[in-house]
Amino acid sequence: MSNDQTIHVHEGAAGTHEVIHTNGHGNGHHHHKQSFITKYIFSQDHKTIGKQFLITGIIWAIIGAFFSVVFRLQLGFPDTTFPFLEKIFGHWARGGKLDPEFYYALITMHGTILVFFVLTAGLSGTFANLLIPLQVGARDMASPFMNMLSYWFFFLASVIMMSSLFLQTGPASGGWTMYPPLSALHDAQPGSKAGADMWLISMAMFIVSSLLGGLNYIATILNMRTKGMTMTRLPLTIWGLFFTAILGVLSFPVLLSGAILLLFDRNLGTSFYLSDIYVKGHILPNEGGSPILYQHLFWFLGHPEVYIIILPAMGMVSEIMSVNSRKPIFGYMAMVGSLFAICILAFLVWAHHMFVTGMNPFLGSVFVLLTLLIAIPSAIKVFNWLTTIWRGNIRFTPAMLFAIGFVSLFISGGLTGIWLGNSTIDIHVHDTYFVIAHFHIVMGVSAFFGMFAGVYHWFPKMFGRYMNNTLGYIHFWITMCGAYLIFWPMHYMGMAGVPRRYLDFTPWTSFNKFGDLNKMISIVTIVVFAVSLLFVFNFFYSIFKGRKVRTMNPWEANTLEWTTPINPGHGNWPSDIPEVHRWPYDYGKDGRDHIMQTEPVNPGETTH
Amino acid sequence: MSTTWIIVALLLGFIVVFQIAKASEYVSILKGEDKTRKDNNRINAFLLLVFLIVGMFGVWYCNERLKGKILPPAASDHGEKIDTMIWITLIITFVVFVITQILLFWFAFKYQEREGQKAYYFPHNNKLEVIWTVIPAITLTVLVGFGLFYWYQITGEAPKDAQVIEVTGSQFKWEFRYPGKDGKLGKKYYKNINEDKSNPLGQIWEDPDNRDDKVVTGEVHVVVGKPVKFVIGAKDVIHDFGLAHFRMKMDAVPGIPTTMWFTPKYTTREMKAKYGDDFNYEISCDQMCGPGHYGMRGVIVVESEGEFKVWLAQKQSQYAIAHSEQPPANRSSSPADSTSNSKPTAFLNK
Repeated sequence: MSNDQTIHVHEGAAGTHEVIHTNGHGNGHHHHKQSFITKYIFSQDHKTIGKQFLITGIIWAIIGAFFSVVFRLQLGFPDTTFPFLEKIFGHWARGGKLDPEFYYALITMHGTILVFFVLTAGLSGTFANLLIPLQVGARDMASPFMNMLSYWFFFLASVIMMSSLFLQTGPASGGWTMYPPLSALHDAQPGSKAGADMWLISMAMFIVSSLLGGLNYIATILNMRTKGMTMTRLPLTIWGLFFTAILGVLSFPVLLSGAILLLFDRNLGTSFYLSDIYVKGHILPNEGGSPILYQHLFWFLGHPEVYIIILPAMGMVSEIMSVNSRKPIFGYMAMVGSLFAICILAFLVWAHHMFVTGMNPFLGSVFVLLTLLIAIPSAIKVFNWLTTIWRGNIRFTPAMLFAIGFVSLFISGGLTGIWLGNSTIDIHVHDTYFVIAHFHIVMGVSAFFGMFAGVYHWFPKMFGRYMNNTLGYIHFWITMCGAYLIFWPMHYMGMAGVPRRYLDFTPWTSFNKFGDLNKMISIVTIVVFAVSLLFVFNFFYSIFKGRKVRTMNPWEANTLEWTTPINPGHGNWPSDIPEVHRWPYDYGKDGRDHIMQTEPVNPGETTH
Repeated sequence: MSTTWIIVALLLGFIVVFQIAKASEYVSILKGEDKTRKDNNRINAFLLLVFLIVGMFGVWYCNERLKGKILPPAASDHGEKIDTMIWITLIITFVVFVITQILLFWFAFKYQEREGQKAYYFPHNNKLEVIWTVIPAITLTVLVGFGLFYWYQITGEAPKDAQVIEVTGSQFKWEFRYPGKDGKLGKKYYKNINEDKSNPLGQIWEDPDNRDDKVVTGEVHVVVGKPVKFVIGAKDVIHDFGLAHFRMKMDAVPGIPTTMWFTPKYTTREMKAKYGDDFNYEISCDQMCGPGHYGMRGVIVVESEGEFKVWLAQKQSQYAIAHSEQPPANRSSSPADSTSNSKPTAFLNK
């Protein structure tokens, strides 16, 4: 589709929506009447939807992180009682001590909330919505209505998951992976009663949301780029979000099938996952099912899921590093190629989560090979980031600091992936604290760092104001130190074989040696949680009271979003969509600090 | 009461930090935003360097503090292979870790924004990119090679003379079945499970191979230096038969038996002499299995062939227990059901 057509289509769309005025008057903000509801609640503006995802994600992040603080209290201070917990949680924390069933509910919800609701919806939902139309040069998503539905399905999923927290029998507590038979048998634990059904229904809604969003992102990137915006002139943010959307669209349906079969097993007496079961004195009739089938279906999403979480962060970090180093990203094509390689390999490695399930060792060895292959594109990305800052002229905005922190954490966590992906080592450290350390560093904290970097960097675009810098620096330094203090020593616990998901180590002689360490980790967790609340405060305060942005391009970046007005209306550009003439990374070229994508190539300009 | 004070203190801290942050914004306007940015830049660049140095020291310090707390050397032949593999991987990844972290923080510090400094326009360089594609590829090939070499040895067929023991996990205990003199485990079917009639595993009594099979709970005995093969299953949900000291682990899946084998190298007595009296080869459940997961503990006793034979001879076959008129309570009070197991599972009876 040529650009003229694109713009034409938009004019057509604008007519029906009465939203966009491409009349060249330069004042194309909302002439038409918009009620509060259509502007802020059932909005079809991609920027508002992005903010909705972000704010919902922030609320979920506070809840999910608070849960981790609660169970860290128990793990760090096993002999102490916390009466205030009883006030909050009632019979789940009788006498100020966590009930084991509630502990498992907390860790399950912590994982589910952070993986899906925060780092999937909150991260790629926010930035895909905000940045794709702005950076490819489109007035909105391919289908703004579907985009709105995507948010509201996410909202519905959130409401269901939130309500499950208030069930008498508690929310789902089979771990965020919800392996059957534990999650399938009502008798196996209280959390496998109504809580598990609500978890599965909520996930189904979440998957609908993610598919509606993902299809939209792909359609927009492929079809609605402005004139001159070839695929190789896309900012790396868009490439990251593009591959994320592809991963989501191809893998989430598999989880949906897994979840629906589990619902059938739970409620309709089918035997997809159940066989030969004797639970709590009952002999079940189910024979011939395989619990391992669920694991295959789950991890066929579950592994791409970690790349769904990390690729947007990688894209944003690449962009932010380049802008703040005043230097082009090194090896643009290699960066795109490595994203592509990661995207393909993401589908071929899922069974490395299952090395000790009794899987055929030959099959296991194939997955070892494919898993370790991922280290190659990852290494390319790391070396390219390092070369990007090499001989730069670096500005340490909070966003840049979080981007550097991201690379540091990605290295630390990525390298332990080489341990876990090798099945021989995995036998020993599988399901120990080593795994917790690995995935929290490489996917949890790094993705959060990417998200923080993105929020600090694009906050001026979202709200026309800056966040407070000093609070940003405090936030960064405490979180950075905290991340390493919390998760680095956990590798040692893993080497000692300490299993995950244990509430109490006192009955054990092999695992009870880490009391002081657990205490330290819990204290640091509380500090980091407090600082995160400071960030949240900074975020909301700055929306209303932050320093105002006075220039269109506060970071002196090249990409298209900075050619829009400081507070762009629906439709983004008051007049015509700008035309693109070059890639987005001409920083420091021919003695010029930066050359925006919209500037035509000068006759005497060097080519790279 | 103290909670209230903590909350008050936190709130105060919040307000103080926030006021400072707000004040700094005004100061920056007074000083000129450009100058403030340059000051901040210098401070943060310096802090990144400090973070690198303190961080590297922290890595060393953490190792000093914790290296004594990780497990003693592997107590099985397979475990030694896993430990070797860990060492190979550790050396390679640690070298990469140190180099890349130093480069990252050093570059960040060295190339901080300076007056008159120009960023170097360096968009790509094929030679460099080929180098750092090929080097990781070669390194990983080496790691995959070693890894699979050991993996096939560990997951290969057990030797024919291996002692076979069946393991069954259920919420939240471990049960073990020894074949009797015939060396064969009798057939079982889960619908035959009946704990009231002393048939906890669902053995089919009509199968003559079941006549001499012995069932014990919580504690399993094996012979030092002799390969042992565990046939692992579960009754209710997925468990995991985790043996940290032997570096072994295998899921227990209802309906799908799995296996694991290894040769224990040191007896429990030797280990107790070396590492203190409270040493035990513990069996942990490593796959979340419900609210009692963290108490699903068992013990492996490694002993000489003679001791083992004496121990096993004391046990009655499950067939005999089920077919004598005695109440089932007898079985669970037998010495095999060692007290070490009763404590962690006790709360489940509530």
